[in-house]
This record gives sequence, C-alpha cells and structure tokens, in this order.
Amino acid sequence: MAVMTFRQALHDTLRDEMHRDENVVLMGEEIGVFEGSYKITAGLLPEFGERRVRDTPIAEEGFTGAAIGAAMLGLRPVVEIMTINFSLLALDQIVNHAAKIYGMFGGQARVPLVIRTPGGGGQQLGATHSQNIELYYAFVPGMKVVAPSTPADAKALLLAAIRDDDPVLFLENLALYNTKGDVPDGDTPAEIGRAAITRRGSDLTLIGYSRTAFVANQVAQELAETEGLDIEVVDLRSLRPLDRATIVESVKRTSCAVVLEDDWLTYGIGAEVAATISDGAFDYLDAPVRRVAMAEVPLPYSKVLETAALPSHEDVINAVYQTLDAVGRRRPAARR
Amino acid sequence: MSERTRSAKKGSPSADGSVPSGLTDDEGRRLLDFYRRMVIIRRFEERAARGYTQALIGGYCHLNLGEEAAVVGLVAALEDRDYLFTNYREHGYAIERGISPERVMAELYGRVDGVSKGWGGSMHLFDVDHRLLGGYGIVGGQLPLATGAALAISYRGSDEVVMCTMGDGTTNIGAFHESLNLAALWHLPIVYVIINNRLGMGTTVEKSSAEPELARRAASYRMASARVDGLDPLATYEATRSAVAAARAGAPFLLEVVSERLRGHSVVDPAKYRTAEEVEALTSHDPIHTVGARLMVEGLLDAEGLAALDEEAKAIAERASAFAEASPHPDPSTLFDYTYATPVANDLHRLPGEPLFAARPRPTEVA
Ligand SMILES: Cc1ncc(C[n+]2csc(CCOP(=O)(O)OP(=O)(O)O)c2C)c(N)n1
Ligand SMILES: [Mg+2]
Repeated sequence: MAVMTFRQALHDTLRDEMHRDENVVLMGEEIGVFEGSYKITAGLLPEFGERRVRDTPIAEEGFTGAAIGAAMLGLRPVVEIMTINFSLLALDQIVNHAAKIYGMFGGQARVPLVIRTPGGGGQQLGATHSQNIELYYAFVPGMKVVAPSTPADAKALLLAAIRDDDPVLFLENLALYNTKGDVPDGDTPAEIGRAAITRRGSDLTLIGYSRTAFVANQVAQELAETEGLDIEVVDLRSLRPLDRATIVESVKRTSCAVVLEDDWLTYGIGAEVAATISDGAFDYLDAPVRRVAMAEVPLPYSKVLETAALPSHEDVINAVYQTLDAVGRRRPAARR
Repeated sequence: MSERTRSAKKGSPSADGSVPSGLTDDEGRRLLDFYRRMVIIRRFEERAARGYTQALIGGYCHLNLGEEAAVVGLVAALEDRDYLFTNYREHGYAIERGISPERVMAELYGRVDGVSKGWGGSMHLFDVDHRLLGGYGIVGGQLPLATGAALAISYRGSDEVVMCTMGDGTTNIGAFHESLNLAALWHLPIVYVIINNRLGMGTTVEKSSAEPELARRAASYRMASARVDGLDPLATYEATRSAVAAARAGAPFLLEVVSERLRGHSVVDPAKYRTAEEVEALTSHDPIHTVGARLMVEGLLDAEGLAALDEEAKAIAERASAFAEASPHPDPSTLFDYTYATPVANDLHRLPGEPLFAARPRPTEVA
C-alpha cells in the first residue's frame, strides 16, 4: 500500500503493464517528448522508446482507428486522447468500428483497445473544451466505459481495461489528477461492470462517478461531521455496463437518492440512474430522485457565467437537504 | 520576454554588418507601418501574459509572440470586405483586422465589452463587423467552415475572399485534406494559410508531417501554393497579395508562412522540450528584433523613434487592460440568452442545483 496521486497511479500502472506485456503500446498526441498534456506518460518514452510510445500527429480519427486495427491483430494499444472533447473527431471509428467489430463479424475478431481521456469543466476552457460527453460512449453496446474516482480505482480499473478483450473508454478528469489516496500493491484488476458502495449510510444514497463520486464522498463526510447525517455513497465506477443491482439495493435501504453528474441533465447519465431506481426500487422511494447536473448551455468562458452553469458544492448539499425534507424523515438540525 | 525585447532595443542596427537594401519609398513606409503594428501586437501579448499570471485571464491563452510579422503581412493583404477564419492563436489577427485592443482584451478577461461578450475567451474571438469569423479551439475546426464561407461567396457571385489560417500541426487532421479538396473541386475563393512555427505543441513538423514542406501538400489537389518567410512582413505581404488575387479569381491557394513561436505553446507551457541552442537561436529569429534592426539600417528609424513606437504600443496595451478590467462581468441572469437564436418552447432554464419540478408538499405523517 502506498499513498499517491491519481496521476501517479495511472503512470505507474501504464509502466507496469508495458513491462508485463510487450503488446501494450501507447499512442497519442504529445505523450512522448512533451510527456503528455497532463504528464501521465512522463518518462515512458525514454524508458520504452518510440516503438512503444508513439507520438502521433494531430489526427484523432486516424490514430484511434489505427489503434483499433492494431488491436484486431492482437496488440493492446492504450490511446490517449488529450481531452474527451477531441474524441469527437474519432467518434466514427470508436462507435462504428471499435464497438461493432466483435458483433458484426460474428465474434471472429476482438478489439482489446483502451482509450484514456479526461473530461472536466470549470477551468474557463470554453464551450468546446469543457464538455463531459462520456454518455456518447456509454450509450453504445459493445463499448465498455469506466470512470474511476480514486487513485486505487485508477489503477485497478486501468489494469482491467488493458487486460480486457473489448474496447474500453477509460474516463479521467482534470480535477482528479492531483488527488491522493491509498493504492494497493500488486496487480489485481477491478471487475468492470461493478459499482462500489464507498460509504455505508442509512439516510440517503448519493450517487456519482469520476469527479462527482469524489464530491459525493466529500459531501457525505462533511455532513456526517457537521450535521450527523448518515449518507451512503455509490461510486458507479463503470458507466457501461451499469451496475443496476448495487444502485437499487442501496436505495431500497435508504429510500431516497441524489445523483451527481458532470454532464447535462437531459438524457444524461443521471437520467439512466434515476430510471433504474424507478424501475427497481419504486415501492421503496420516499422522494423523487434528484439530479444535480450542469445548466443546459454551451459552457461560457466568463468565470461568472461558468460558475453559474456548473454544479457547486452548495448545490449538492441543498439537493441533499431538500430530498431529506421531501422524505420528511430527518432534517438536519442546523440549516445554512 | 522583457529581457529579450530590451536587448532588441539596445541592439546595434549594423551589428550584423547588414547594409541598406534600397527599399523603395513605398516599401519603406509600409515596413515602418508594419513594424509599428507588430510592436503593438507584441506589447499586447505581453500584457495578456501578465493578465494571465494576475488571474484576470483564465482558460487557455496562446500568444502570437514571434508571429507578429506574419500576422501583419497576412492581414494587410486583405480587403475590409474579405473574411478571416483563424485558430485559437488569434489575438494579433483580431487587432490587425481593426478590432480595438480594448475589446480584444476585454474578451480575454471574459467581460461584457469583449468581442464575444465574454462567452468565447482567448480562443474564440469573433466580430462580424470586422469580418473575423472566429477564433476556433478545435484543431482544424475552422477549415471546413472557412471553405463553406467561400462557397457562400462563390454561390452569390460576390467577390470577397476568405482567408483561413492554421498551424503546421493542423495539416494532419482529416478536415485539412477534405477542405482543400472541396475548395479545389469547386474553385472557391479561399486562401489557406499555414503558419509554420515548426511546432504543434511540442511535436516538430518533421515528427508529424511525412511531407514536411507543407506547401507541397497542395499538389494533391492541383492547388497553387507558395512558401514565404514569415519573419519578413513585406515578403509575407507580397506573397499574400498574390495568393488573395488568385483566390479572388476563383483559384484557391495554399500559402505556407514559415514563422517562429518564441515561447511555449500557451502561457502555461515552459517548453522544456526545446534545447538550449534552439532557445538561444530564437533571439535572432525574433521579428521585432530583426525588423527593428532593418529599419535602422535603412535609416527609416532611429533609436529615439524606436523607443517612441514602443512607448506607444505599451500605452495601447495598458489602456486595453485598464478598459478590460473596468468592463463588467456578464450577469448570471444572461446564462440562457445564447443557447438558441430563436425562442423555443420548453428550453430548460434550470440552474444546476434546481430540481426539475418544484418540491411536492411534504408528507405530514411519516412513521
Ligand atoms: C482536435 C484537437 N486535437 C487536439 C487539440 C489540442 N491542441 C491544441 S493546439 C494543438 C497544437 C496545434 O499545433 P499547430 O497546428 O501547429 O498550431 P500552433 O499551436 O503551433 O499555432 C493541439 C494538439 C485540439 N485543440 N483539437
Ligand atoms: Mg505550429
């Protein structure tokens, strides 16, 4: 066990997997000489050489498609797309090819590909550079989408993704790279398709993934300390497949839920989670499932407008309080 | 940067032994005017970098430092009625198009008086009146759009030209090839300009382009092309004039402007991937330095005149930042003003923390 940043966990796991398996090859813009836009691949070019750490031209469609083709012949490419916004240029190759090849050819070819890419807003990067569009991939059968929120999961899910025989979109988040946590030694992969209950509680289920799972744990901790609330946190970890059983079991115990998502509300990840709760725990629900999500606008550059459009810490706390109010079961003593 | 500029000011004009080349009066006047504009861009960009470190500018901020001669020469060759599409490294272009530095800086500061009302930021400057149609942050995103603008012009039979600038790294994105092919097939009035500063972010042209002589790529589309020294504003201007004339006659053109990026990719990039020798060589490739020296050799400017231009440029940059800082932030109540051009039923004006429906009455009796 060692304490390290999310960034370090990703870096070390990539490195270990490259040592373990000669078929693991890294591709992406600026991952070698520049050491990666977010420095995840720092030092890997000198260690492994250009054959295995390939700086690509700015050609997302081309190199992602090439990685898919190489995967069909048994390589295990780990592609870095600088941010998820630029994955849109590779959308066709991912959706029409990576996700289709196994099924469309009757299971004759596999695509053991990983696409690592960060989402994240809140840094005044403007409308095109601040999107959280993991949903586009989570929507597609044949894709797997994982979204770790802790350094330990970054490692365990990256191990799982690299060793998986299907295309996996591995969602990172700009705001998580510097967060720290315990990371177990060894190389035990997580199981893709499983959520985790990261905190037990009986008052309310708070659900998130990637950055929002981090926020959920933070808020639950804070409200335990300040209000004595007992909030359960479900970290989805995998957006496709979605672990519906864990979500439903939790809500059956708490009878209310708030879903945190970094995307837009309409048709977003939270909509699927809320529908799942409605399907699986309807009789247990004491309040509407509440979703906290971005305002539905192209995200403005202005700090003031951006702040207004993005969910804040207070938004999360208010949604929790209002849901508890609606349940009428337990109200925090001190309201702020 | 201030170090380098200071040494440029002190630099003896004939230190490199250059002699007057005999510019015509017109050329001399033009070079002096170009230089003045270049210094304004230089000081503006330095002020922007400072605004960034003061946290008055956020997000990404890419500067034209080193590209001033190219920017000035290119834009000067356009008519007011021509259109310009650029990438995210576009502050200088906006100023050269005639947009006030105040409104450009205000956009960088994200204020209501900014060219894009604070919605776009550094990467997304836009001004219809000055026919600057963006400012685009997605690499290559501007190419199909510019091609389409040229299509609209050609369709209407009017005689404007579209200029579409991009970086060297951008020539490897699919949209580059798709756009040039369309423009050639349809004989569109467009000049594609590659600002070859030799680097993508940290990747060199040789590492990213199998044909590193980028102008030659036009051959695939039987499109005319040329390569010009982008540190020489007069040469850039002349080459651009020819390119624009060809485009106006319906023959699209690819112009490669070999330039220099004096600093990191954006203000936060320390550019560690550059060798000490490369960085050293940059000083002699600084167009403010070289053009200033040339003007002195030509006898068109003396040390005093040079200092005066510099003071003027600094004052312009200071005024721009003072204006920007005084300009109000957009009001949060305007958040939903620009999602759709026409009002539409059921557009969701919900803030992130608000429920979709008002809370239902609280159950009165709960076990
Ligand atoms: C589609 C896409 N991929 C990647 C990026 C990230 N990115 C921004 S600028 C840049 C380098 C562009 O280099 P070049 O075209 O030479 O322009 P320069 O920055 O040198 O002016 C990259 C990779 C992006 N904005 N869009
Ligand atoms: Mg470049």
